[in-house]
Amino acid sequence: MKNKIEINGLKVTYGEKQAIKGISLDVVENEILGIIGPAQSGKTTLLKVINRTLEFTQGTSIEGSVMLDGVDINAMSDVHGLRRRIGMVLPLPVGLPLSIYDNVAFAPRTAGLRNKAELDEIVERCLHQAALWDEVKDRLDSLGTKLSGGQQQRLTIARALSHQPEVLCLDEFSIAVDPVTTMRIEEVLKTLKNDMTILLVTNLVQQAKRLANRTAFMLNGDLIEIDNTDVIFSENPTEQATYDYVNGNFG
Amino acid sequence: MENRPELMFTETDIGRRNRYIENGIRVFFFIMTCLMIVPLLLIIGYLFYKAIPVLSLDFLFKNPEDNMRSGGVWAPFLGTIYLVVVSLMVAAPIGVFASVYLNEYARENWFTRIVNLAVVNLAGVPSIVHALFGVGAFVLFSGLGESILAASLTLAIMTLPVIIASTTEALKAVPMAFREACWNMGATRWQTIRKIVLPNSISGILTGVILQVSRAAGETAPIMFTGAVFFKPIAEGDFFAYNITDQCMALSLHLYTISTQVPDVAEGIPYGTAIVLVASVLLVNAASIALRVYLRTRKKW
Repeated sequence: MKNKIEINGLKVTYGEKQAIKGISLDVVENEILGIIGPAQSGKTTLLKVINRTLEFTQGTSIEGSVMLDGVDINAMSDVHGLRRRIGMVLPLPVGLPLSIYDNVAFAPRTAGLRNKAELDEIVERCLHQAALWDEVKDRLDSLGTKLSGGQQQRLTIARALSHQPEVLCLDEFSIAVDPVTTMRIEEVLKTLKNDMTILLVTNLVQQAKRLANRTAFMLNGDLIEIDNTDVIFSENPTEQATYDYVNGNFG
Repeated sequence: MENRPELMFTETDIGRRNRYIENGIRVFFFIMTCLMIVPLLLIIGYLFYKAIPVLSLDFLFKNPEDNMRSGGVWAPFLGTIYLVVVSLMVAAPIGVFASVYLNEYARENWFTRIVNLAVVNLAGVPSIVHALFGVGAFVLFSGLGESILAASLTLAIMTLPVIIASTTEALKAVPMAFREACWNMGATRWQTIRKIVLPNSISGILTGVILQVSRAAGETAPIMFTGAVFFKPIAEGDFFAYNITDQCMALSLHLYTISTQVPDVAEGIPYGTAIVLVASVLLVNAASIALRVYLRTRKKW
């Protein structure tokens, strides 16, 4: 098995506050890595480091290295190319103020794709993958912002898939989605992992248990434990804190 | 208390007091609104009443005659149009693009903080100070002489900070989440600005720019020493009668002149001049409102 992402001694500080206190972990290619942990444990920050959008936040400093396919991401000159290799889905749904079609075609177009037939193909495939196609196929030119919250979140997922990422980062994608749709998207994720590596940050511990091959437990900027999901959720993970969190004793 | 409906729904003292206060406050705010509207209507009504004897198309398209004691307002009217258009052609691009830079590109540091502070303070500088700056910088130092160009540049300097401020407001109204979504997909800042930010802030930006028309048209001080003159007749009905290196007349200065400097002016003429000035400004503002309404119907969230 090949490591898709290798994180070594990563430290992130926002001004005075340490958000990530030196963690090292590897993400294996074509796995779903669940990342669980209470609020403020550094999960979202970790994702922002990986696609280098933390650079937009002022007053942050990053130490340590993050390798994608063995290349240090901070040494990459084409940061936009890096971001296209990584799909990112944020917790709150954002429909861009464009038509549904243009929402999904946005990333391919910014990457220079103009061919209508190819764009059509990408839009249809991504909307299918995000379990949204059947609901919107007859109104692709209506506004993405007019969709319901759950639909917008699936639109966001379709957008993240539209630039054919190698890594898909999902940051609590199911907050704004109903349980039935969540289940449909989870099914999609299980097939998607054949094509890409998935980082699943979630507050729903059971979601990690259902989906993740391995699960990492983060707490206050530290990586407490990372192991196969069945170990994390078993009666005897290495750390007591993991057991307590997974079983709802705190957090 | 007994549990009978008619008792339960009897008005309590607190409820009655709140109702009185509520009604009183509402009336108070309504009166304030009237106090705001009444002077405006009175001014415009009074101007119209006094101006009616002279108002005609000829008044608009004839030069002042007889040492400005009769005739029309063509030369100052066209002069004002030149001044406003040239100044906005300079101020609008600089202001809008500078604001885009400050909002979308610049990181917050001591430099941008100083720039923003300067913008706020520049907006509060009295127009006569801008006039003095214009004389020094454009008329004398740059060697433009007293000309439409020098006066327009002075007006541009004056309107610039307000255009920057209003553009900033319009850009800030576009949710940050839209930008983040674009960046996450590998879009550059410019792609994000072009496809998402500008299309959704253009109505606010245009409104801010157009509102500066009324300020530029109404100001007297900045143009008095930089390019506007008391009297300069031009070809009647020719919209290209001025060259931007010429001096020109302007409605605001003309109004000042015929009201205070020239004896025995026909009574209607100053009022007519004022009406032309006010009506032009109102017309432009109305156009801006129409444009904003139109763009807003296309607003997408």
